[in-house]
Amino acid sequence: MFSPTRRKVLKALLFGGTAIAAPSALYAAEYGRGEGMPWSPFRGQPPYHGTLEASFFTPAERATVAAICARLIPNDDGPGATEADVVTFLDRQMAGFYGRGQHWYMQGPFLEGTATQGYQSEHPPAQLYRHALVALDVYCRNTYEAGFAELSEDRQDAVLKGLDEEEITFAKVSAKTFFDLILKNTIEGFFADPIYGGNRDMVAWRYIGFPGTRYDYRDFVGHDGARIQLEPVSLMGRSGWNSP
Amino acid sequence: MAKQLPGVDVVLVGFGWTGAIYAEKLTNAGLDVLALERGPWRDTTKDFATTFAQDELRYYWRHGMFQEASQSTVTFRNNSAQTALPMRSWGSFLPGNGVGGSGVHWNGQTYRFLPSDFVAKSHNEERYGPLPEGMTVQDYGVTYEELEPHFDYFEKICGICGKAGNLKGDIVAGGNPFEGPRSDEYPNPPMEMTFSQDRFEAAARNVGLNPFPVPSANMSRAYVNPLGLQLAPCTYCGFCEKHGCGNYSKSSPQTTIIPALMKRPNFALRTDSEVLSIEKSADGSRTTGVTYVDTSGESFFQPAEIVVLCAYPLENTRLMLLSQIGKPYDPRSGEGVVGKNYCYQVMSGATVFFDKEYTNSFVGAGALGMAVDDYNGDNFDHSGLGFIGGGYIACYTTNARPIESHPVPEGVPGWGSDWKQAVQANFLKTASVGVHGASMAHRSNYLDLDPTYTDRHGRPLLRMTFDFTLNDRRLSAHLTPVAEEIARGMGGREVVVGERKGSYDSVPYQTTHNTGGTIMGTDPQTSVCNRYCQSWDLPNLFVAGAGLFPQNAGYNPTDTVGALAYWSVDAIINTYLGQPGPLVQT
Ligand SMILES: Cc1cc2nc3c(=O)[nH]c(=O)nc-3n(C[C@H](O)[C@H](O)[C@H](O)COP(=O)(O)OP(=O)(O)OC[C@H]3O[C@@H](n4cnc5c(N)ncnc54)[C@H](O)[C@@H]3O)c2cc1C
Repeated sequence: MFSPTRRKVLKALLFGGTAIAAPSALYAAEYGRGEGMPWSPFRGQPPYHGTLEASFFTPAERATVAAICARLIPNDDGPGATEADVVTFLDRQMAGFYGRGQHWYMQGPFLEGTATQGYQSEHPPAQLYRHALVALDVYCRNTYEAGFAELSEDRQDAVLKGLDEEEITFAKVSAKTFFDLILKNTIEGFFADPIYGGNRDMVAWRYIGFPGTRYDYRDFVGHDGARIQLEPVSLMGRSGWNSP
Repeated sequence: MAKQLPGVDVVLVGFGWTGAIYAEKLTNAGLDVLALERGPWRDTTKDFATTFAQDELRYYWRHGMFQEASQSTVTFRNNSAQTALPMRSWGSFLPGNGVGGSGVHWNGQTYRFLPSDFVAKSHNEERYGPLPEGMTVQDYGVTYEELEPHFDYFEKICGICGKAGNLKGDIVAGGNPFEGPRSDEYPNPPMEMTFSQDRFEAAARNVGLNPFPVPSANMSRAYVNPLGLQLAPCTYCGFCEKHGCGNYSKSSPQTTIIPALMKRPNFALRTDSEVLSIEKSADGSRTTGVTYVDTSGESFFQPAEIVVLCAYPLENTRLMLLSQIGKPYDPRSGEGVVGKNYCYQVMSGATVFFDKEYTNSFVGAGALGMAVDDYNGDNFDHSGLGFIGGGYIACYTTNARPIESHPVPEGVPGWGSDWKQAVQANFLKTASVGVHGASMAHRSNYLDLDPTYTDRHGRPLLRMTFDFTLNDRRLSAHLTPVAEEIARGMGGREVVVGERKGSYDSVPYQTTHNTGGTIMGTDPQTSVCNRYCQSWDLPNLFVAGAGLFPQNAGYNPTDTVGALAYWSVDAIINTYLGQPGPLVQT
């Protein structure tokens, strides 16, 4: 079915060193031409894990963020954001591409939109956190003469409720946008794979009964409503598996 | 100045599901085919190995394989009185990027549209009288009967797992009795269902409905497809939608077409190459090829005899507008075609909370479900209801990954101890019943170029103007109570209903079923492409994808997208190549 003559002509044009330019392999890759599926060793795309050198929060910011997370997901009948070390997760996220908004469309003009238009702040997440944390500190010191982290749990809850329900507003950034974002990010850190620094020792997965990153449940499809109880596994394996 | 490259027979713009389909058929017919793909190379071993594919944060929440909004996004507004603003990070839908496109991270719910969906205007007008003012619903120009062999072939390429309900006109027990006649049974049996589907099936039967297993591209057994490629049984790992499959268990371009294609000497793929425009001959009568840019910013002109747009509906529409092909749609006059009839999907549902029983929803798969079609399309009498179309109602067990899915009963706050404890108490004990509603075209919903915001090359972004229409709202108000009734029959402690309320919101994920913009039809005054998916303006330009749908039906799009691609490529091979020119005379 193939037409070899035409192929030859085109190949000659492509590789025959004529004046016609070929795209540079460096900036675009070419595959196919009968060579089968490309394969080369060490080309997997595993996630990065290990401790990032970079850290985003100052010690004071870190204390405030840790205190916020601890109220959003408290330690009560089981582990909360503190035990899951969500603040470490957030610190790494803010130091990385997510905090910088690197994959987001961040060209202006920046206008206030409708709720259905989503995030419209000119600040990528890390900057939004930074501005909001300053404003929160000012608010708490003006109102209670202490930083957020030093307030009683009840007062902390009242402040968070105020942000959530838009009773507390900040001058420079939207307090509500900040609240929604830190809540979303805290939930991410609580439930994400421990590889990212939160959900330490898979405490959150164990708490809700999620077995993590297992890859084969065929034996359990017919559970018929009975509980399936399995020790969770993360992308790093789990403690019992790792060599000392 | 773009550097000139040697010509090829066919250039494909984008290399996802439709790109792979066109490439396979056209190379098989002996043509020299080059696919240009914006994103990187992707394959199972390298990019979604089972040692790291199950990463919810990376692949869903940090958009590991989706298009980066920083590259290009769309601006959005609910109506033309508002100012459209850019979707700074994707929300409601997630356009794919890289080899395989969205076919890498789809669910694999693989439904055929109903015969009446292809003739939505003439069928409904005949039965119910003229469509209301402003509703721009149209016929496809191609019928279900014409597409049937192509549905069949796509389902065999994918190895779809299901049960026929209508075999050559005979109704078969256990399948969907409302489907169009099928020439053959599904290539594989349905998936094994779990507790939630069993309960849904019994509850649906109880209220007189006709449940059937969702046609699934997650394998129920090992399978070898017509190209000799092998798929493995699905392991129900639950990391399916928004993730690549490390098990070769989900049909995708990677598992069902690309390995065969890569062996052919007359196929080439250039990745990291973003097409910027479709070029026209001096007299404007045909396309001469495309201009693309590589990652260094250098641009190239790639000449071709035939160009096929396979870049997903949003980018296909934008490329046509940027290249000034076809008349742009004008919502005021109702004239023009490119960008017309943008439609979406109207979703709602009900969540069942069980008390004693465990649904263990982490044991799941992208297309693991039971559905009823009694309220889809025109399967029920719409007299006096004030809307046309419908949707399927299904109980899927999928996406029970904890960041995405931690449903709580009514009245629970959004954070704090009460929230946390409710998440814990219900995480293993919920099931959901969803309505997958059709979205009918309306004069005021459309796509055009944004006047303000540009991409990193300085070209206008696509602007989306969309809200749910009166038809959508009535449809949803009619079907959601049916879902609720089934849900109440499933034996749970509590049912929470998620109605379709308010304006379309671009933030929460709904579906990546964006349709219209490059619609097909019978008349160049009202459509972009003819019945063979060929541009009315440039006969050597073809368009693929759900952008061809004049309006969206109450199903996921890809089976119909695949069938249309095979139908179109057949016309190219059997008719167009012999006599290049318009396949439909005007
Ligand atoms: C999360 C998710 C779940 C889904 N689940 C289902 C489901 O269960 N059932 C169903 O029927 N459908 C589902 N879909 C939809 C399905 O994936 C699409 O219908 C299908 O992939 C469309 O095929 P396509 O070829 O039109 O686009 P794609 O497969 O997306 O391919 C388009 C390709 O074009 C490339 N491209 C875009 N612009 C350019 C350019 N300018 N230059 C070069 N290349 C470009 C893109 O990078 C991409 O690779 C889902 C989609 C998503 C995202």
